[in-house]
Amino acid sequence: MGNLLLQMLVATMTSLKIFGLTLLFSLPLGMLVAKGRMAKNPIISNVVNVYIMIMRGTPLILQLLFVYFAPYYIFGSSYDRFTAVIVGYTINYAAYFAEIYRGGIQSIPVGQYEASLVLGFSKAHTFTHVIAPQVVKRIIPAMGNEVITLVKDTALAQTIGVAELFRVAQNASAREFSTMPIFIAGVFYFLMNAIVSRSFDLLEKKLNYYR
Amino acid sequence: MEIITIDNLQKSFDGLGVLKGISFTLNEGEVLSIIGPSGSGKSTLLRCLTQLEPVNGGTINVCGQTMVSSTKEGVVSYADKQTLRSVRLNLGLVFQNFNLFPHMSVLRNITEPQMHVLKRSKQEAEKVGRELLKKMGLEEKEKAYPDQLSGGQQQRVSIARALALNPTVLCFDEPTSALDPELTGEILRVIKDLAKEKMTMIVVTHEMAFARDISDRIIFMDDGLIVEEGTPEALFGNPQNPRTQKFLNRYE
Ligand SMILES: Nc1ncnc2c1ncn2[C@@H]1O[C@H](COP(=O)(O)OP(=O)(O)O)[C@@H](O)[C@H]1O
Ligand SMILES: [Mg+2]
Repeated sequence: MGNLLLQMLVATMTSLKIFGLTLLFSLPLGMLVAKGRMAKNPIISNVVNVYIMIMRGTPLILQLLFVYFAPYYIFGSSYDRFTAVIVGYTINYAAYFAEIYRGGIQSIPVGQYEASLVLGFSKAHTFTHVIAPQVVKRIIPAMGNEVITLVKDTALAQTIGVAELFRVAQNASAREFSTMPIFIAGVFYFLMNAIVSRSFDLLEKKLNYYR
Repeated sequence: MEIITIDNLQKSFDGLGVLKGISFTLNEGEVLSIIGPSGSGKSTLLRCLTQLEPVNGGTINVCGQTMVSSTKEGVVSYADKQTLRSVRLNLGLVFQNFNLFPHMSVLRNITEPQMHVLKRSKQEAEKVGRELLKKMGLEEKEKAYPDQLSGGQQQRVSIARALALNPTVLCFDEPTSALDPELTGEILRVIKDLAKEKMTMIVVTHEMAFARDISDRIIFMDDGLIVEEGTPEALFGNPQNPRTQKFLNRYE
């Protein structure tokens, strides 16, 4: 039992690594994608739109397989499995985050830009000090949903052979003829998401000082 | 001294003329009111002046700098970035719906532009901010957020925010029309006080008694043109143009 728990904790670390690295890369990449989606240049905005449609319109599991196996067919070799997982999750989640960012940015009244312009703010200052703080507040609920989904989605990494929490739990179940490991994995996911959920609640409260 | 000179200003939206050749000057210390029916182009005029809208023709000079000029053939050329920036700094604009920054406290709304645009220190900006809030009768509200204030208080904060940057000219676009009737008085009083201090101002308003009271000169606009221009006494007492007469009759 102790041995099993240890194995599962190690696998949880892998799941958390996927989770953390995916956020680290996809949160900023999503902003870039959102900017591209809103670009005045129709070529850029259309290309980015197609990318978003593919990312949101096909299963993540298929994207992971593609990211891992496509380089074999094209270059004859691929990166390691873990890297493939991070790349796959990052480009998928960046698309979702981009759409949330875009919705948030477009919901800011045009008067905020006009006031900034007339006061003499630079474009960068307007974005960082006027627009972005208001966007963050507005997108927190949607981002919370997405991040919770990411915790659960880490289980898909096993499709290209990364031993994350769910894979290890399944293996243990098969080995020991018991559903216990899978049940424990469920509790682990639940606990991780309880923390995520609580963090977003706190953030939402913290930004509640204005409507 | 002429602070603003506008010559033959033209602006259209999707080919539809909204400003059809507007020309006027504004002198230092002068209060100019612009009146006219809704849709006559008053807001568009202020928006062209404050660079919120690009013009389609004409010339605008602000404080001796040419912001935009155009040839007889209609080729419009704007000044370089540096000049446009300096022109912008000469002009303040108070919006109909305030456009305060909701995530910043009242004081921060006033200090942020000073610090970023004029590079004032925080202490200096706060000193200026507090003085202006006092002048606006809002010294108790510096820590409040805009959504905790009445419309009239928000508009006073936005006036303070504009004044903090020491504009040469302050423009108002119907500063009271988003307010409940009982709150318009406090804003009109603030503008009147500024007029007494010889602040140069352009005020778009539909408060006729107020315009008559504070203005050195009044422009009546209709359908993208200046129909009549004169002193309050002349324009209200003895309007020449039938369109002016018809418009003013509605306010009798
Ligand atoms: N962004 C815009 N796009 C298209 N038409 C506009 C725009 N802004 C103003 N207009 C039109 O220009 C005309 C003048 O508007 P405006 O300057 O707001 O008038 P006023 O402030 O005198 O009521 C109106 O007919 C209005 O519909
Ligand atoms: Mg208007």
